[in-house]
Formats: sequence, structure tokens, C-alpha cells
Amino acid sequence: MSGNRVDTAGASPARTAAMFALVLVLIVGTGLVQSWNSALIILNMGLISAVMALGVNLQWGIAGLFNVGVMGFVALGGLAVVLMGMPPVGETWAAGGARVLGGLSVGAAVIVGAVMVWNRGPKRWRGWMTFGLLVVGFVVFRAVYDAGVEAIESINPASTGYLGGLNFGGSPRTEDGLPLADLFVLLAWPAGGLLAAGAAWIIGKTALGLRSDYLAIATLGIAEIVIAVLKNEDWLTRGVKNVTGLPRPVPYEVTLQQDPGFIERAAGWGTDVTTASTITVKLGYSLLFASVLIVLLILAQLALNSPWGRMMRAIRDNETSARAMGKDVKARHLQVFILGSAICGIAGAMMTTLDGQLTPSSYQPLRFTFLVWVMVIVGGSGNNLGAVLGGFVIWFLWVQVDPMAQWLVGAVTSGMAEDSALAAHLTNSAQHLKLLTMGVILLVVLRFSPRGLLPER
Amino acid sequence: MDLLNAFVALANFVLVPAIAYGSQLALGALGVTLIYGILRFSNFAHGDTMAFGTMVVILVTWLFQSWGISLGPLPTALLAIPFGIAATAALVLGTDRAVYRFYRAQKAKPVILVIVSIGVMFIYNGLTRVILGPDDQRFADGERFIISAREFRNLTGLEEGLAIRTTQGITVVTAVIVVAVLFWFLNRTRTGKSMRAYSDNEDLALLSGINPERVERVTWLIVAALVTIAGVLYGLDKSYKPFTYFQLLLPIFAAAIVGGLGNPLGAILGGFVIAFSEVGITYAWKKVLGHALPESLEPDGLVQLMSTDYKFAVSFVILVIVLLFKPTGLTKGKSV
Repeated sequence: MSGNRVDTAGASPARTAAMFALVLVLIVGTGLVQSWNSALIILNMGLISAVMALGVNLQWGIAGLFNVGVMGFVALGGLAVVLMGMPPVGETWAAGGARVLGGLSVGAAVIVGAVMVWNRGPKRWRGWMTFGLLVVGFVVFRAVYDAGVEAIESINPASTGYLGGLNFGGSPRTEDGLPLADLFVLLAWPAGGLLAAGAAWIIGKTALGLRSDYLAIATLGIAEIVIAVLKNEDWLTRGVKNVTGLPRPVPYEVTLQQDPGFIERAAGWGTDVTTASTITVKLGYSLLFASVLIVLLILAQLALNSPWGRMMRAIRDNETSARAMGKDVKARHLQVFILGSAICGIAGAMMTTLDGQLTPSSYQPLRFTFLVWVMVIVGGSGNNLGAVLGGFVIWFLWVQVDPMAQWLVGAVTSGMAEDSALAAHLTNSAQHLKLLTMGVILLVVLRFSPRGLLPER
Repeated sequence: MDLLNAFVALANFVLVPAIAYGSQLALGALGVTLIYGILRFSNFAHGDTMAFGTMVVILVTWLFQSWGISLGPLPTALLAIPFGIAATAALVLGTDRAVYRFYRAQKAKPVILVIVSIGVMFIYNGLTRVILGPDDQRFADGERFIISAREFRNLTGLEEGLAIRTTQGITVVTAVIVVAVLFWFLNRTRTGKSMRAYSDNEDLALLSGINPERVERVTWLIVAALVTIAGVLYGLDKSYKPFTYFQLLLPIFAAAIVGGLGNPLGAILGGFVIAFSEVGITYAWKKVLGHALPESLEPDGLVQLMSTDYKFAVSFVILVIVLLFKPTGLTKGKSV
């Protein structure tokens, strides 16, 4: 990156350790000052943010690909949790499942066919042939698909009205009917990665040959389209009606609170059962997320220091000379684009598992694309540990700027009259100050420390 | 079969809205293309600059309304536009001085400037939300229609009505005036010519004694005017919501790229290509076809190619198709 610093040395181990110690202090501090519950909430989302930042760092920091469609891949990961976690809905499958799948296969076949006709057809007629095939194909697709969708969505729309997922066994329960941890939903994480990778393959095939600005706009568009699909294809995701009650890979609070063994242990810790159960559940998530992060981080570090990593950086720093050395730049870009997007998909699946519900309308580009970018840039693009650090630090600030802004506004408005319209307005808009803060942080880091908190070696 | 009614229905539901929307996109895309041509980066803060300018106009409009000032049948917002432009110009010039100039002096890569503009986007977005809030705002007043569907039907005796809203009329008239002034400026004045020279070949322009700072300042001023006018027209015609303006980034960029980045004429062309495809593909053609086709062929369904929720998909697909077949856009764009 174009740093204005002369020093080319990367982050020293001492600096790295100090930075991560700082994150630890921030989180433990939150635990001591606010509550351990809030500290764990920040930690869990921080772990997920770190995974997202790792994915973007792979694409931008190591390969120099400008992907601003992170939100789309994250949302696809969320979709995977519905597809893997929920039980299939028998009536809707019977009503229109085959038709919808058939329609989608027709659509896919038409596109593949059109591409083949364009590539192989006779030069003179291929334009018309492709166009004709697409028009006929579209009509057939809609004829098959629409009726299926209508049939599915008309069945019990208030509670189902969608196909459900692949969790055939359903989630386990105790004899009293209390929910138990369902490890099957963990399969959603790799599935989310696969879904995102598949989407990335399609996008990469069409858009990666384009210049960086064009790639940026193309990915921005894809992300909006993914969200539009999640919001409108009710047969798949129930749309804006949301899918709630996704199974969890960790125990449930209600179940723990009824478990005599747990009540005894909680008494041993000297806390009440409710607090003990919420902390236990959150710690369970933290352990799962931390293991995923550590595995991915180790893999990313190995990749970075392997010949493959050196080749990627060589391509990033000088594409032309890398090409002259016989490197297949386009194929390598496609590869790293798919890998990075898959990591974002995994993070998205983890996040939806943590939330326990898929809410398509909650996906906002500022939060899920550009905030991740702030994490990578602030942490140090090109440095995996830096991206992880950025994920924690920026997430911490994103959460904690809110109370700080409230406090600040409270201090400013304390002198004003009780019913002052300005005071009410300021109190209301305090929540938006975090956007402003993120912008300022990004600009300050770019200006004074363009290589981030932990610079690349 | 009734071609006249078919045409009126087509004009009412497709042509008029698409021309208005296309004019708004064209003004937005002109701003993107000017920044790209002269300052040489893709400005991601464009949508939020638009939201900021419109916000100032809305606040001034409310002030005028509370004072009882109005333009009669025209929306009061037109009176407030100069204030919006002034505030936006101050904002972007301040940003340029505090933020962008540093990276220009460094000769930073364009992609660094794009990332910087993401930071600026966060700040503008936060500013707008803190000052006016994230909700929908209505600020249109004055006469609603130039001609309403009922008046048109009474006037012509046709079955279909053609409604033209005041805001649509104002949009097109304003856009024509703005584009005419802009092209006169770029082609006829000394400053405009120096801007084009600077955009074509920076080194040569510098050698001929063109002051780059002045060119950059004038560019930001023009961009401030363009985005504020585009934002106000869009807000009057549809509605104002900061997030919608952020999302406009996609069709605006698509328009600028499809037309050929860095080429003002291309930006206008691109704006209309995107607007017509978006409206055409998301419109349910049942009514028009019902009039245009013989009765035996009348369609049963809505004949809507795509639901309106997928309008972003339309800009995106056109963008990809054009780029795959004409990588520099429909007119010859430039690449930095």
C-alpha cells in the first residue's frame, strides 16, 4: 500500500502482543465496569467480526481485490443456517417443492445453454440465437417456477409458507419438552462457506476481469441483489417475516435453569441461576467461535507464508511482472476471491446462529460491508493478525461509542430545559454518532498510520 | 386493438416516469463522471453528499414554509436549492482541503482515494442522520399535477389517462437547463476548457500553465451543484430518506460506467439507459399489451418481467453486460 512512512519493518511481536493485551483489557474492563454479560456479547461479535475481517484481508490485504459486497456473502451464510438448521416443511414440499426446484434447474440450464451457444455457435447468428434462447428460457422458467412459488407461499404463511431446511431429525428436546443443543446446526457453518463460495465463483467469473472500480460496483450490486432475494423469495427464507427459532449448537438457558446438576454448580460459583445460565451459554458460543477463528487464522498464516502467499503478494504488488513470470493472474484472483468470500460466509452463518433468527431486513451495507473494511484498514491490511485485531477493536468501539455518545449528549443537554426540542433531538440522534466516529477513525488511521495498527511485514 | 390508448398507457406508466428518473440519474452520474475524470477516483461518498445537500434544502424549505414564503404552484424547495448548493459546496471543499488534498499531493493510487471516500461516506452519513434523522421526510408542496389522469381523459375522451406530476415536469426542465449550462461551461469558457484539458492529459495541462488547484475547486463546486439539484429533484419526485440516497449509488455508478466513465455525454446516455431498463423491466405490461394486441392475444398475467424489488438487479445486469462486451462503456470512457 502507498504508505508515507519510510520504515518497512512490520509489526514486532511485542507490538502485536501489546495490542492484543489491550483488547483483552477492553473486554475485561467492560466485564468489570458494565457486566460480564455485555463483555461476552462484545467478545462473541468481536470473534465473528474478526473472521469477517480475515476474509476481507485475504482478498484486499493479500491479493488487492476490492470487494465491497461483503454483506451479500455474510447474508448467504445466514441463509445456510436456515437451510441446515430448520426441519423441512412437508406440506410445502408436496405443494410446490418439485416445481420450484424444477424451475430453478430450467433457469440454470438456460443460462448454461446461452453461454455455450454464445461461445460455440456460428459467428453470424450466435447473437440472435443466444437472445432467442434467453427469451424462450425466461418464459418457460417463469411458467414452471411461479406456480410452485405461489403454492408454497400460500400454505400457512403465518408460521411456515416456506420449504424449511434439511434438518430432518428436528432438534432434540428433553422429556419435559425443553430444547437441547443441536450440533447438527454446526454443519451450517461450512455450508454457509460453500454457498458464499458458489456465489463468489459466479461473480468472479464475470466481474474479476474488470478494473478495480468496476469490480467494486459489481460486488456492491451483487450484495444488494442477495439481500433482495432473501427479502422477497418467501418460499426460501420467509422474506421479511423472518425465520425465528433457529436451533443452537449450545445449551439453552431455560433448560439449564431446570437442570438440578447445573443449579448446584451455580450455587457453588456463588451466582444466581439465571446469570450463571446466560454466562454459560455465551461462553459456549465464545469457545465455538474462538476455535473457528483460530483454525482459520492458522490456515491463513500458513497460506500467507507459503509460496502461494508470496505469489499472491507478488501479483498484488505488480500484476504485469507476475504475469510475465508466467503466473495465471486471473485464476489466482478467482481462487482468492472465492476463499475470502467463503470465510465471510462462514462468519455470516456463525452470526445468524448466534442471533437465533434470520432477519433479511437487518442487513445494512454500512454495518456489514463498510464496517468490515474499516476493521481491515485500521487493523493493518495484509497482516492477518492485524485484521483480527481490527475486528475486535472496531467492534468494541462500534458498541461502546453508543453509551459514550449518550453520556456526552447527556452532559451537553443537562443545562437545557426539560422540554427543549433541541435536547430531545440530540438525545435521539446520539445513536448516529457512531457512524461519524467510524468515519473519523478510518480517516485518521489512513492519514497518520496508513498501514494500520499492525503493519504488514 | 387500440394503439392510441396503448401509447397513452405506455407514456403514463413508463415513458414519463423513466424520463424523470433518467434525468435525476443523469445529473447524479455527471457528478460521478466529473470527479472520476478530473480528480481521478470513484467517489463512494456521492450518494451521501446528495443526501446532505437535499437535507439542507429540506431544512431551508421548512424555514421558508414557516415564514409563509412560497412559489405558488411550484415547490418551495426550488427557492431553497441555492442554499443547499452553498452548504454542500462548503462541505465538499472543506473535505477536499482536509482530506483528499493530502493524498493527491502524495500521488496516492486511485483505490486509496476510494477507501478514503468510504471514510468520508461514513462521516456524511452520520452528519445527515444526526442533523435530520434517518426517517422519510416530505417537503414537496405546491400544485401536485401539471395534468391529472382525469383531466387528460376529459380533454381527449380516451380511455386511458396520462398524468404528469409537477415534480416530473420540473425535473425534466431543470435537468435540461443544468445540462445545457454545464456543457456551455465545459465547451465555451476558459475554465471549462482547462477542466477538459486537465481531464484529458494532466501533465500537458500542467505544462500549459493550468492551475490544478483551481480546476479541482471548480470541479467540486460543480459537483456540489449537480448532486444537490439531483437530490432535490429525486426527493420531490419520490421521497427523501438518507438510506435510499446511499442506495442510489448503484444505479448512478452503473449509469456513469455504462455511458463511459469520465465522459459527460456518456453519463447522460447511461442515466437514461439505466432508467428506461429499470422502469421497463419492473413494469407490469398487461395494460399496454391489452390495448396494443388483438383481443385473442390479450395476456392473462401481469406480464411483469421482474418484481420492483429487484430493480437493483436490473442496473447490475446492464452494467455487467455492457462491460463484458464494451469494456469502456457505450461511449469511449477513460481509465486511470
